[in-house]
Amino acid sequence: MQKFLILGATSEIAQQTQRLLAKAGKELLLVGRSPERLKAVAADLQARGATGILTLSADLADVSGHPRIVAFAQEHFADFDCVLLAYGTMHRQDECHHSVDLSLVEWQSNFTSAAALLSRFADILQERRCGCLAAITSVAGDRGRASNYVYGAAKGALSLYLQGLRARLHASNVRVLTIKPGPVKTPMTSHLPQSRTFADPSRVARDICRALEDDSIDVLYTPWYWRHVMAVIKMIPERLFKRLPI
Amino acid sequence: MNLPKACHGPAIELPPPLPSTKYNSWGRYPRVQHHTVYQVDWTDQIQSILNNSSSAGCLAFGLGRSYGDSCLNAGRNLIDCSRLNRIMSFDRQFGLITCEAGTSLAEILQIAVPAGWFLPVTPGTKSVTVGGAIANDVHGKNHHRSGTFGLHVKRLILCRSDRGILECGAHLNEDLFRATIGGLGLTGIILSAEIALKPITSDGIELEVIPFESLAEFQALSAASDADFEYTVAWIDCLSGRYLRGIFSRGNHAKSGHLPREYKPGPGSSLDIPSFMLNRWTAKMFNSAYFHWNAMRNSSVSIHFDPFFYPLDSIRRWNFAYGSSGFLQYQCVIPGASCLAAGELIKQAARRNSGPFLAVLKRLGGLTSPGMLSFPRPGLTLALDFPMQGERTLHNLGLLDQIVMECRGAVYPAKDARMSPEVFDSSFPGWRRFRPYIDPVMSSSFWRRVTRS
Repeated sequence: MQKFLILGATSEIAQQTQRLLAKAGKELLLVGRSPERLKAVAADLQARGATGILTLSADLADVSGHPRIVAFAQEHFADFDCVLLAYGTMHRQDECHHSVDLSLVEWQSNFTSAAALLSRFADILQERRCGCLAAITSVAGDRGRASNYVYGAAKGALSLYLQGLRARLHASNVRVLTIKPGPVKTPMTSHLPQSRTFADPSRVARDICRALEDDSIDVLYTPWYWRHVMAVIKMIPERLFKRLPI
Repeated sequence: MNLPKACHGPAIELPPPLPSTKYNSWGRYPRVQHHTVYQVDWTDQIQSILNNSSSAGCLAFGLGRSYGDSCLNAGRNLIDCSRLNRIMSFDRQFGLITCEAGTSLAEILQIAVPAGWFLPVTPGTKSVTVGGAIANDVHGKNHHRSGTFGLHVKRLILCRSDRGILECGAHLNEDLFRATIGGLGLTGIILSAEIALKPITSDGIELEVIPFESLAEFQALSAASDADFEYTVAWIDCLSGRYLRGIFSRGNHAKSGHLPREYKPGPGSSLDIPSFMLNRWTAKMFNSAYFHWNAMRNSSVSIHFDPFFYPLDSIRRWNFAYGSSGFLQYQCVIPGASCLAAGELIKQAARRNSGPFLAVLKRLGGLTSPGMLSFPRPGLTLALDFPMQGERTLHNLGLLDQIVMECRGAVYPAKDARMSPEVFDSSFPGWRRFRPYIDPVMSSSFWRRVTRS
């Protein structure tokens, strides 16, 4: 794979991933909301030796702007091999369950808009019969927890959506990669009490790059132990789980 | 360098304030609580934090490599800038790099070394930020040739609560530029800086190590080496008892050899040295072994620059070896050519049972830094590590202060956690001229301590 389209290029995990991709000589189209921040990210990659960096500023959560993004990609970044969706938001859970409006914003940014955008790119790749769609969801989507279920619901829905999409696109030779990080030290989580379980974004980025090159991976847990942690958490009977303070 | 646009209203999301818990300096003394810590991710967030801060409330924090309290702000706020680590431009032809102030020297080396460029001046660790290197106007083994880090800063972008975002350089806002270099982070928050790198043709250092057994011998070696060697430094063993001994290292960038395709600094050994392993007796044994090993080995070798400049970076968190009470580093400069006062200092330091475990000696050169509060000046600089053992240690260091004051020397703020206002005043007589440049919302534990404010 040579050409990567990154949706949410100013997210911390995306920035770290882009540094690795750029180092490996890949071409990138960076899509993000703030033009100034996109410019800073692109300059950083270029200073590190990258060539072939394009940027497009767009509010990805705004579904009405999606056709413009797709058109731009097809015109200026044709034959892209991989779409990596890396944007998302995490509002405080207590604020979300007191405000339906905020919950809707959370679902819009983490699921509705993400699925809508992936649908458009899925059609393009299916027609082309090659390529890869990758999206960052979360281990929070594996099971609903009182402390984080509004965000978790959106990420869980995105994981399910990707699962279905993978089955649909399998016959067309298009790969779908679900990336499920555990908690990562990023701006999105900086309001949470940080603990040892928070992974370094550069480590997560290394895992993502490895998975992007390895066709045998459908679902990536990063760091790897989250696969086992979540396997256990998913096995806890609901009667017990609802009583756990997690 | 393009100035970032002034902060535009509510479009910028501010980082949520974090409760402060683990913000310590490298010496892990003193331990203080901060009111709030802001972890910033983008330079555009800083102006609004400053604008919403109360007077003397803020200080930028980088990688926490200052030893004492110059990077702490007890009871007030810190702005953690370590994620501001984007490179803004790198001119491979002329070796000019512009980067955000939270970029570490290690990150610069990763990009610069394969392209044939090196840091013009580097301290003994690469885990410091560019902002911190400027704020402390750090020096290295090539001070006699290249002066301080600040001499190689072409320009910087400063964010202030009262004047907004402004560019400073030798020809633009020159006073503020001179105040910011070595300004202990008090003149505003450095957003980015342009640094002039220096060319190298290989990643090797041609190193010579020579044992010496008196200060006079050190002086002679230093005088004989400064003209032909870019890097000189001496390690001394203060625990050997009878007399002083040490190892003089001098080196140059290797002319032959090659540039690496990739320079990847290792993460360092994660093995913590348990604190019971480090005491007077083990330190004595280590020093003795180190001396004899170096005295015996081939005096002239070629090594990679990493172990030459950054030997302690290979042990991550070596500062934890001093235990939970932490340690103090004492670094001073004795002006002039004489080494009498230095001899007295070493004798005084080694007299007590808590004698220094590690000691480094270096002759500083005559290149003057633009910085108003810059520490280096022509003379001998001596750095000593002491485990913190309460009042006794503080008293001993106070005795060293007396010697330094008598010969009109200076104590280094970046390493200090205890000097009195009198010692600071004697070390930096020009500090009152610096004071007007302090940003009204900036302050630090160090500054309040040494100025009684």
